[in-house]
Amino acid sequence: MTETCVTRPSYHERTAAFDWSIAERELGYLPGGPINIGWHCSDRICLLGRGRHHALVWEDFRGTSRTYTFDDVRVLSNAFGRFLQRLGVQPGERVCLFLDRIPELYVGFLGILKMGGIAQPLFSAFAEESLWTRLHDAGTGTIITQRKHAPKVRRIRARLPALRHVVIVDAEGYPLQAGETLMALDREPRPQRFDVFATTAETPSVLHYTSGTTGQPKGAQHVHYSLVSQYLTAKWVLDFEPGDVYWCNADPGWVTGTSYGIIGPWSNGITQVVLDSGFNAGRWYEFIQKHRVTVWYSAPTAIRLLMREGVDVARRFDLSSLRHLASVGEPLNPEAVGWSSEAFGRPFHDTFWQTETGCIVITNFPGMPIKPGSMGRPFPGITATVVDTHTFQPLVEPGRVGVIALKPGWPSMIRSYWGNPQGYAAKFKNGWYISGDRATIDADGYFWFVGRDDDVINTGGHLVGPFEIESALLEHPAVAESAAVATPDPVNMEVVKAFVLLKPGVQPGPDLELEIMNTVRRRLSPLAMPQSIAFVTSLPKTRSGKIVRRILRAQEFGEPVGDVSTLMEE
Amino acid sequence: MDDLKRVIREYVIREYMEEGESVDVNTPLITGGIVDSFSMVSLKRFLERRYSIQIPDAEATPAAFDSVNNIAALVTRVRARTVPGI
Repeated sequence: MTETCVTRPSYHERTAAFDWSIAERELGYLPGGPINIGWHCSDRICLLGRGRHHALVWEDFRGTSRTYTFDDVRVLSNAFGRFLQRLGVQPGERVCLFLDRIPELYVGFLGILKMGGIAQPLFSAFAEESLWTRLHDAGTGTIITQRKHAPKVRRIRARLPALRHVVIVDAEGYPLQAGETLMALDREPRPQRFDVFATTAETPSVLHYTSGTTGQPKGAQHVHYSLVSQYLTAKWVLDFEPGDVYWCNADPGWVTGTSYGIIGPWSNGITQVVLDSGFNAGRWYEFIQKHRVTVWYSAPTAIRLLMREGVDVARRFDLSSLRHLASVGEPLNPEAVGWSSEAFGRPFHDTFWQTETGCIVITNFPGMPIKPGSMGRPFPGITATVVDTHTFQPLVEPGRVGVIALKPGWPSMIRSYWGNPQGYAAKFKNGWYISGDRATIDADGYFWFVGRDDDVINTGGHLVGPFEIESALLEHPAVAESAAVATPDPVNMEVVKAFVLLKPGVQPGPDLELEIMNTVRRRLSPLAMPQSIAFVTSLPKTRSGKIVRRILRAQEFGEPVGDVSTLMEE
Repeated sequence: MDDLKRVIREYVIREYMEEGESVDVNTPLITGGIVDSFSMVSLKRFLERRYSIQIPDAEATPAAFDSVNNIAALVTRVRARTVPGI
């Protein structure tokens, strides 16, 4: 499958002449000078004469709709920043956004950054223990939420001594408790002027939590200079043109939802549309048709759900506005690429990146021939390879399986994990950032995903850590020991499966299985809930007693279990 | 409201909603973000246990789970195939 691009520089031309200063110049950034993502995504766009253009067209599942110009976003983010200042929030403090995809989330994100705070967006489907873990680790001082999520905050508040303010954006008529404040954005003063905090390149900006194999989730610490990468990758990879209408399916509780659901489009002055709704194929197509969406950044899980509904559903709608399609989250299977060509007349372009990279690092670049199933080639300015898992030396022969490794130094690489510099340092080996994703590189330089190199579970494009799940499993009174691993799934790529050893005298059964599943969902999140539980009489362990998840995972995937010489004998 | 819909509605309220929140039989559950595709698995499992049925994956679509009414219709359909006379 090939595409021809005649109007833009080719991938090779972009790569040959590449320097990140291209983005710095386009953004008007002078090295050493001020840079503030909030200002660049609102005030600067207005200064460029786009203040009256639509920045956000928002709809919810009921069809309620609101539209905001870039000038609205500028003024409302000023209002948000000023509100936080009135509360006493100081620059550098973590301000959590625990909201559904409502306008306050998008505007509030910029407002936090403009007053110098660190924005900490969290997925609103998180249950109380997932929320507590992330707020406690970050020492978050303020949380902005809505009444439907306020009970979760209230149940954990006594265990969060650093949390001074709970702001509820839709609390009119809702009885507030001590320490809670109403913030009705449409009733706030609309300050035309706001002194944006003088952040510079290395000032912390956004804190996104991501899961690893060991321990609790880690706070990936981004800085304002990440804008340089996010602006240019959005422009080139998502192929933005003036007049585009852009839809990113990702929730800003995850990094795609901020890097490419707020910063990327708005720093380019692009109109974005947001649908605050669960999955519904007809509703999604109707949304694209209604708003004449031109660029769509989606995820393999969503695409596979659309595939299940069939091409005929897509053909009931006028989707001819779509010009460029891209995907991220987990590998996009070749069938999905082929299906999108049939359903939409154009293929999805797979992209690869992580919370830690902050921006797309490997991609099917617009105009470049797509190899269905491949994540593409490194973005210009990114040096990527695969390395041996033991020596961390690059594997130069095509087709050899190694771990994707990136040469540090691009603008949006995180600067640390919050309060965990050792964890951050451990991500680097032999001068490379080690991604944890295994892949091969073919003779044309295209990367092909093979699997994770650790125990992290990638479900529906979201990483879930086994430790957090196992801790929740142990909270159930019937569970003595447990292991959480990935198992293959046709829609989500992987889902969580738990292996559970019950306490003496407890009988396994379907009712207990459902009860344990719901326990994890209620404590952590639906994502973390095991989709199935195997009741076992023993778990594979090392001689020192550590559970060896890789054996269980390998069995689930039908792969060789590898070296078992260090296992404890039964 | 018949018994089937009452059982489903009460389970949805108990498992997926905060205290004081409620749904009626037409409230969009999936589209409205009350039940997501992951939680659908536990809801499906509950229905299968409660009514001694197996809901085929092909029929466990977001649309089929999008309201108490839709879920009740799905369960009725599957039970009719499973238990003659229902």
